[in-house]
Amino acid sequence: MKFQRPHALTDIQFHYCPGCSHGIVHRLVAEAIDELGVEGNTTGVASVGCSVFAYNYFNCDMVQSPHGRAQAVATGIKRARPGNVVFTYQGDGDLAAIGTAETVHAATRGENITVIFINNAIYGMTGGQMAPTTLPGQVTQTTPYGRNVKEAGHPIRVCEMLSTLSGVALAERVSVDSVKNVKAAKKAIKKAFEYQVEGKGYTIIEVLSSCPTNWGLSMQDSLVWIRENMMSYYPLGVYRDIGAEEGKE
Amino acid sequence: MPEKVLMKGNEALAEAAIMAGCRHFFGYPITPQTELAAHMSKRMPKVGGVYLQAESEVAAVNMVLGASAAGVRAMTSSSSPGISLKSEGLSYLAGSDLPALIVNVQRAGPGLGGIQPSQADYWQATRASGHGDFKMLVFAPSTVQEMIDLVADAFSLGDEYRMPAMILSDGLLGQMMEPVVMDDTKRTEVPERPWAVSGHGNKREHNIVNSLYIDPPNLEAILKERYEKYERIKEKEQRCEEYRTDDAEIVLVAYGASARISRSAVDAARKEGIKAGLIRPITLWPYPEKAISSRMATAKAFLCVEMSTGQMVDDVRLIVNGKRPVSFYGRTGGMIPTPAEVLNEIKKMNGGI
Repeated sequence: MKFQRPHALTDIQFHYCPGCSHGIVHRLVAEAIDELGVEGNTTGVASVGCSVFAYNYFNCDMVQSPHGRAQAVATGIKRARPGNVVFTYQGDGDLAAIGTAETVHAATRGENITVIFINNAIYGMTGGQMAPTTLPGQVTQTTPYGRNVKEAGHPIRVCEMLSTLSGVALAERVSVDSVKNVKAAKKAIKKAFEYQVEGKGYTIIEVLSSCPTNWGLSMQDSLVWIRENMMSYYPLGVYRDIGAEEGKE
Repeated sequence: MPEKVLMKGNEALAEAAIMAGCRHFFGYPITPQTELAAHMSKRMPKVGGVYLQAESEVAAVNMVLGASAAGVRAMTSSSSPGISLKSEGLSYLAGSDLPALIVNVQRAGPGLGGIQPSQADYWQATRASGHGDFKMLVFAPSTVQEMIDLVADAFSLGDEYRMPAMILSDGLLGQMMEPVVMDDTKRTEVPERPWAVSGHGNKREHNIVNSLYIDPPNLEAILKERYEKYERIKEKEQRCEEYRTDDAEIVLVAYGASARISRSAVDAARKEGIKAGLIRPITLWPYPEKAISSRMATAKAFLCVEMSTGQMVDDVRLIVNGKRPVSFYGRTGGMIPTPAEVLNEIKKMNGGI
């Protein structure tokens, strides 16, 4: 078997740091698009953050959205082209801080879009500030003494929060820290796109991701950090899956 | 010829947008644009269109951005405080070369201000609609009929020049009723949008709609190109109405609701033997510089009348450039000038020239 670049990825070299999870997740999204054969009618929405240049990397039509507004932009695209597959690719600052309203309301409307949510517990692009998902005690540029939850508040668990909303068809948290987890992440991302094609409603896949540069860790230690620190606060798993619920009935 | 019907300004504008082929409306409730969104919510489902009440003004304008990027005619409407929230989206629309219609049914500001009519968003519409170097097409109706007629122009010129267009109305025009003709022969077709992100269908390279240019020389070149387009628009698209200006010595300049009042004041002044006239800008950007410049042949003085503390008067002063006196009369905060007040100003000026 030959290991090839998915067609849905362009031939442009990623600008991401060594050990960053974006490359893996981009590939998984592209593989899902390839396998479903939907590249020709897919529109992706890049957000603001390290993945801002995603519009250069995906071979489908792409829009670059204002910070936090990716799901509002995606809503506009989907309402204009209901037959198209529409996805957003957003980080934690974009989705869970400045874009919280857009996220919650796209989800509760059951907007038939797929959201790929990169949770690496930090703002990467701007140089490592506290994110809405930064863990208690975690040191960042703007929490130099560690995140003090009494002052800075608590991290947001996005999948748990959104799973209470009736418009959500699939909310699943995955990780790309190991081969086994990458395979599970691929399955979840593909399922989300399949649900959208089937018109089931809003789908979100949260991916626990590494940021060695801003965490100040080696590539290997970053993967350990995900397992030892992130997974206890953000347990992997399916938080809502209307397909499985339908199956039970 | 279609029959005349009695319509409210906000509803007439909404219906005109549907007539112009707009099938995507994204809004958020605010007074005094209420009837516009309400009309859309009633009509869009009947014509196979989309009415979506967003979670905020910010979300609404970004839904417009998405829909426009996907290649359809899209619009939103709001009133002054809501337009402030949309300014982010306006900047991105302009930076991404996307057409869209934004309606501002102005009320008084700053802050929550008041809910009565105002023209205090002139600077915002023509100068500072958002961050960065950019312009919007800005149209200023002064009758309910114009609330209809300018919609098709705003859509088609926005398409032609690939830029956002604003209709700058106010609570007075939005809420008033007048007999109008809905003439759908003026309807323009939505042009092909080869740049749209509607899916490449495996037939072309992927399209990208984007406002990010990280390389300064590249961004400067793109901005300069956009400003060359703006210069072409300034040359071609200036619009105004002139009333009794042929021999006018005192030339009033007023747009929208205050132009209606100024027109009455001009008639009253003429009855008293004062040679007054009115230039009514219909496009606020591009501003009708040519008309004002050429009127200097007869004008001894200009009087700008606005429902603000004086905003458009800046543009008149820039054009007149000290060659004639330029006075200002305005009421603000939701107060509306009366023809008698404006006549009084004309008389004061007549004594001085």
